[in-house]
Formats: sequence, C-alpha cells, structure tokens
Amino acid sequence: MLLEVDGLCVNYGHIEAIRDISFGVEEGTVTSLIGANGAGKSTTLKTISGLRKVRAGTITFDGKDITHARPFERVLMGISQSPEGRGCFPGMTVLENLDMGAFVRKDRKSAAYRSDLDRVFDLFPRLKERERQAAGSMSGGEQQMLAIGRALMAKPRLLLLDEPSMGLAPKLIQQIFTIVTEINQQGTTVLLVEQNAAQALKRSDNAHILETGEIVRSGTGHELAGDDSVKAAYLGGDL
Amino acid sequence: MTTTPTPPVSAPTNPLFRLGLWWDGVIDRYNALPRLYKVVLVLAFALFVYALPLVRPPLIATDRIDFGGVMFACAAYALIALGLNIVIGYAGLLDLGYIGFYAVGAYTTGVLTSYHWAWPFFLALPVAVAVTMLTGVILGAPTLRVRGDYLAIVTLGFGEIIRICVKNIEWLGASAGIKDINHPNTIGPAPKPPFDPGGLFAIPRLEWNGITPSLDHEHATHFLVFGARDAIPYYWLLLTALIVVLLGDRLVKASRVGRAWEATREDEDAAELMGVPTFKYKLMAFALGAAIGGLSGAFYASSQSGYISPDSFPLATSFLFVAAVIVGGSGNRWGAMVGGVLVAYLPERFRDFADYRLLVFGLALTVLAITRPEGLLPPRRTRRAKMMEAEIEQLEEGPVDA
Repeated sequence: MLLEVDGLCVNYGHIEAIRDISFGVEEGTVTSLIGANGAGKSTTLKTISGLRKVRAGTITFDGKDITHARPFERVLMGISQSPEGRGCFPGMTVLENLDMGAFVRKDRKSAAYRSDLDRVFDLFPRLKERERQAAGSMSGGEQQMLAIGRALMAKPRLLLLDEPSMGLAPKLIQQIFTIVTEINQQGTTVLLVEQNAAQALKRSDNAHILETGEIVRSGTGHELAGDDSVKAAYLGGDL
Repeated sequence: MTTTPTPPVSAPTNPLFRLGLWWDGVIDRYNALPRLYKVVLVLAFALFVYALPLVRPPLIATDRIDFGGVMFACAAYALIALGLNIVIGYAGLLDLGYIGFYAVGAYTTGVLTSYHWAWPFFLALPVAVAVTMLTGVILGAPTLRVRGDYLAIVTLGFGEIIRICVKNIEWLGASAGIKDINHPNTIGPAPKPPFDPGGLFAIPRLEWNGITPSLDHEHATHFLVFGARDAIPYYWLLLTALIVVLLGDRLVKASRVGRAWEATREDEDAAELMGVPTFKYKLMAFALGAAIGGLSGAFYASSQSGYISPDSFPLATSFLFVAAVIVGGSGNRWGAMVGGVLVAYLPERFRDFADYRLLVFGLALTVLAITRPEGLLPPRRTRRAKMMEAEIEQLEEGPVDA
C-alpha cells in the first residue's frame, strides 16, 4: 500500500466531518472517493495533504506515519494535490504557476525540470499556448489543466485530485479524465474525489462511496458501476 | 442571423490609468536599453535625487519650511513604505501597527546613543535593526496565525501597546521622551561654533529668481556635518540607506522567498499544497519589514531635532504609512516609495493652505482611492488583471453571437 488511512476522524469544531474511515491506495492504481456534497470527500483529501488536523486515526504513506507531518513535508515525500476549485494563483502566469508547483524541488535549472515541464505541455498542449497568460484570466477547463499540471511539477508519487470535473462541459470532462488515466499509466498513483460517479468509476481500479463522513460501500470501479443500489443513488439509474 | 461588429476593447481612459501605462512604457524602454546605458541612467537619476535639496527646483521646493528637512522626511517615508510594502504588498499581511517598529528602532537608538549609554550612532544602528527584527518575530509568531481582517485588528493593537508601554516606562523616558539624542559622527573637522562650520568642504545651493538660478553661498551645506543647522547631510545618509535597502529588496523579491510570498498572498491553502511553509515565510516578511521600519526609526531618532517622545508615534501616522503603500501601489517597490514621498511631501507643499492642508490632503487621497484603487503605480500583474477584467466586461456587455 502506498497510502493507508486508518480510523480517520476529522472535526470542524463540534461537527464531525469524517467518522472513522479506513481505506488504502495501492501503488500504481487509480482510486476514487465518490459521494454527494458534504459527504466528506474534500475533507479527506485535505487531511491527507495536511491542511486539516486529525482528531483520531492514522495516515501512513509509503510505510511512514504522516498523521502529524506538516504539509510541505508531505509534498517533499511525494504527495501532491490539485485542490478543490482548482486553486490556481490568479495573478501568476501559467509558467509561474507551474514553477510554483516545483517549489520544493532543488533542481529548477536542470534538464530534468525542463523535461517535466515538457511532459506537462505534452499532456496539456493548451497550457503551452497560454504559457504567458495570467491564470486568473483563463477558462475553468484551462485552470483545471493548470492545477493538475502544477501538481505534477512536484514529481508526485501520489496525485490527489479534488473534483477535476467540477463545472466543466461534458466534452472537457471526457478529456480531463482521459488525461488522468494517461498520467496514471505513466506511473503516478492517483486518488480521485468526484461527484461525477459515472466517469470516475469507469476509470478507477478501486472506489469507495462516502455518505455523511463514513464509507458505506467499497469495491472495484467495475463492481460498483454495475451495482444496482449504486446505480440508483449516484448514476441516475442507468450507466 | 445578424451580428453587429464588437466594439474594440478599450481600457479605462482616466488620466491616472494613462499614467500607469506611461510608466509601463518607461520601464519597457528602460529594459530594452543596453546595460551600459542602464547604469549611466540609474547613476544620473541617483545623482539628481542626491542633489535635489541643493538644486531646489522652483515649484517643487517648499518655501515656507526648510526644503532639506522635507526631503529628509520624504526619504524616511519612502524607506518606511518600502519596508511596509514587503509586509502588505509582497506577503499580503495588512499590518496597521507598523509604527510600533518605527518606535522600537527610534527608542533603541535613543537609549543606546544618549539616554543610558553613549554608543556612536553607526554602532547603535545595526543593534536597533536587530532589536526591531526580534520584536517583529516576537509579535509575529503568535499573531500571524490569524488571517486577513483579524490580523489587521491584532496589529492595530500592538502598534498602540508599544506606544503606551513606552509612555509608562521611566527607563525609556516615559511621556517626556528622550531629547538631545546624539547625531551621527561628523565626517571631517568638527564644527567650532560660532564661526567655523566644520566639514570637509562647503557646497553652495541654488537660489532661484524666477527661472534664473544663482549660487547661494550664504546657506552652503557643509560636507558632512551632522548638526542642528542643516538637514541635508541627514538626507544624504538616509538616501544611501534607502538605496541599499532597495537593492536588497530587489534580490529578495526575485528569489525563492519572493515567489513564496506571492503564492501565499494569492492563495494561502494552495501555497501550502505546493510545499510552501506559509507561516515561516509570513514571519520572515514580518521580521524583514519590521527591520526596515526600525532602520528608518533609528535615522529619525538621531536626525536634526534629536528628540523622540511617545507622541511622535501616534496610530494616525501608522495609517498614513499604510495609505502611502496603498496609494503608491502595493506590491511595486517604486510605487510604494512614490506613495511614501507623496504622503510626506504634499502636506508640507500645501502649507499655504494652513489649516486646510490636511483636509486637502484627505480629499486628494479620497479622489485617488476612487479613481485608482490599485494605486498610482501598481505592480504589472495587477494592471494586467485589471485590463483583462475590463476586456471581459466589455465582452459581456457586447452583443452575443451564435
């Protein structure tokens, strides 16, 4: 297991956002967390990144306990996140945003850095066209591409994606998910949080369904996509 | 289906905006110059600024109050604005109590050079900067955990706390303040009153009769005498410090630290996700800003009048510092300095209006806030975003095709 979450509980004040959830992410796979608004998906990701404090439970990454590690330590270990709502730096250009993604790297002048930049531009040719444009002036889809590209610049072993399809046109959603699969095939483990269950399940090796802060179902993406109750609740009755 | 042609996208055209564009053009042209020209230009500009209080250009020079003293105040405010710009403009921390650091720097200098000890000024200066920086860290460590408006409130509090503490501590002179603070050491022969003004040599200043200049040997500046007679040597000293800080500011802004500040300012959570330990960088901005404030305070304490008291550091002045940075263009070092100079200069220039000068000054600030909220010379990216906004607005109001 690359990432193991065990008995995780997270509170916002007195409100329990996450209650005792446990799951693992196998190296090289795509794992999804599916659920409605407020189910605790984003909170789970934020907690794995270190933005939220853990009340109980442990998070283990690559065999090391990171439950109380600081966010930048987790980035150094290889956890990188594309946050909810993209979180691009609006005043910075595309290139500057990508450069911020590589903030923890010491080799910003090297050929390796250059080739990683080229890799991002290969995945998202659109970003190359706009490299000198301010991120805040780009469309939602472009900002999403930038957020994913930026996360990749840290050379993560585990990529956390928080609702990459949010607010995008259907065609663009297809495109983003195709690229996520491609990133995974290039060797990066992906943990995906999605409301678009149909797409997410189709592309996931494993998936967990969250409801009000608890995992209610787990299985392979294929299993869950074929399950009648899941179909009824998340896939509009039909796939 | 008919489509009317979209009107060409036009940027807002108020004169202040044009000033910004013009400044952009100036920078672009400067950047395109060969290196040698750049150096020559910068040196010429620096020379002009050094010579300004001696040249006393008509209209610019103040006639009702010593122009050298006004220039000193301008340089002091420019230095403060440069320091506060790191805190507000780069790291995005609204610090309303910046005057506290100014006071700490001034008092450290006062105590070390005169009140309890008799250190030479140039020995006390680095200590004052270090003490202020430490104060910045001590005050920043607990307060920087709060964000946004709350930080403004907390900093407002400690600006006032420092003043009230000083007022009540006998060891610091309490409300009487510290007077006769030692000036920096004179370079060259010391003045022997009443007839020998001292100094290495005398530099005459210009006297203007209409537009014809003549040399005025009566009021010469003696190089480099730090006394009560002439503010110009203090101005030169402070300007030199300002240039050193300006060069340092350039280096830091262009470094990894500068990028971390920018990311933190734009989106703190996203910055954390990029691996920026935001708290550490915010504290660093706070401490650096404090140190520059302390530096300016040290010069202020040992300046011409050599007198400081708790009343020299009212909260209203702290707001003026913030106004300087915002009016000038928060995030752009040149903008901040221009703001600092204006805030110091305008009230003195309009002394003719006597009691109304602060009213006029306030009106000027209000007009500026309405017509150009991003400041006189905002950083280029702010302007870029503003243009984009105008463009999008234009498109939204324009006809929809298809």
